[in-house]
Amino acid sequence: MGAGTNLGRVRGLGSAKHGAEHWLKQRTTAIGNFALFLWLIMSLVRLPDYSFETMHTWLSSPWAAIPMILLVISVFQHFRMGLQVFIEDYVHDEGLKFAAIVALNFYTIGLGATAVFAIAKIAFAATGAAPNV
Amino acid sequence: MAQNSARPLSPHLGIWKWGAAMAVSILHRATGTALATAGMLGLVWWLLAVAAGKPSYVVFQDWAGWWPGKVVMIGLTWAFFQHLCSGIRHFIMDVGAGFELKTNRTSAFIVFSAAVTLTTLLWTYLLVMKG
Repeated sequence: MGAGTNLGRVRGLGSAKHGAEHWLKQRTTAIGNFALFLWLIMSLVRLPDYSFETMHTWLSSPWAAIPMILLVISVFQHFRMGLQVFIEDYVHDEGLKFAAIVALNFYTIGLGATAVFAIAKIAFAATGAAPNV
Repeated sequence: MAQNSARPLSPHLGIWKWGAAMAVSILHRATGTALATAGMLGLVWWLLAVAAGKPSYVVFQDWAGWWPGKVVMIGLTWAFFQHLCSGIRHFIMDVGAGFELKTNRTSAFIVFSAAVTLTTLLWTYLLVMKG
């Protein structure tokens, strides 16, 4: 091992023990998705009907709004990592790959923020004065 | 480096046939991609519609209740269960189990039939009980 630059010293030594992080996170979010989707499907099946009133009342409860936000966070992280691997495997041009990863991150964060905002709006509208429905 | 096009290529990419395990594998990616795009856009549309008020929700309901909407939702439900069952199979293989040829093939078939069964059960219940 030479006494050169930091990069020079570590080059060729292999993993810095961070290689498993992406893989592991894909699995931990998968477990989160499993539990939260089980909750979502059970909840939807148990609703008496799918009218606006039923849906709004159900989603405005913290017992629905909080797991729903958690679901969005877990699922969006999971699919961001999944699609990242998809892009890395099938897009071979480095420039295109970079652009696709950037687009993927914009899509995930943009859509995720929209989803969380919608859930918060439903939940907070119910606690305020009269909901404008 | 210039490549001599007259030299033979390794033949492995040309000699293969579909097997259950490879079908599950590629379907895991295909269903994941479909769920991340169409599935999540649908989910967010639903949330936004509830947040925006009754008129927006009625528009969402009209689209979801129209038969092509139902076909898309049943398709996404199948994609979800296929991805879920295939993901559980991945977890089993992550611990090093289920790689024997016969077991691997059987588990691939279990994934296919479980996904179709769960989709059928859920939608039969929804269509019969909730209309």
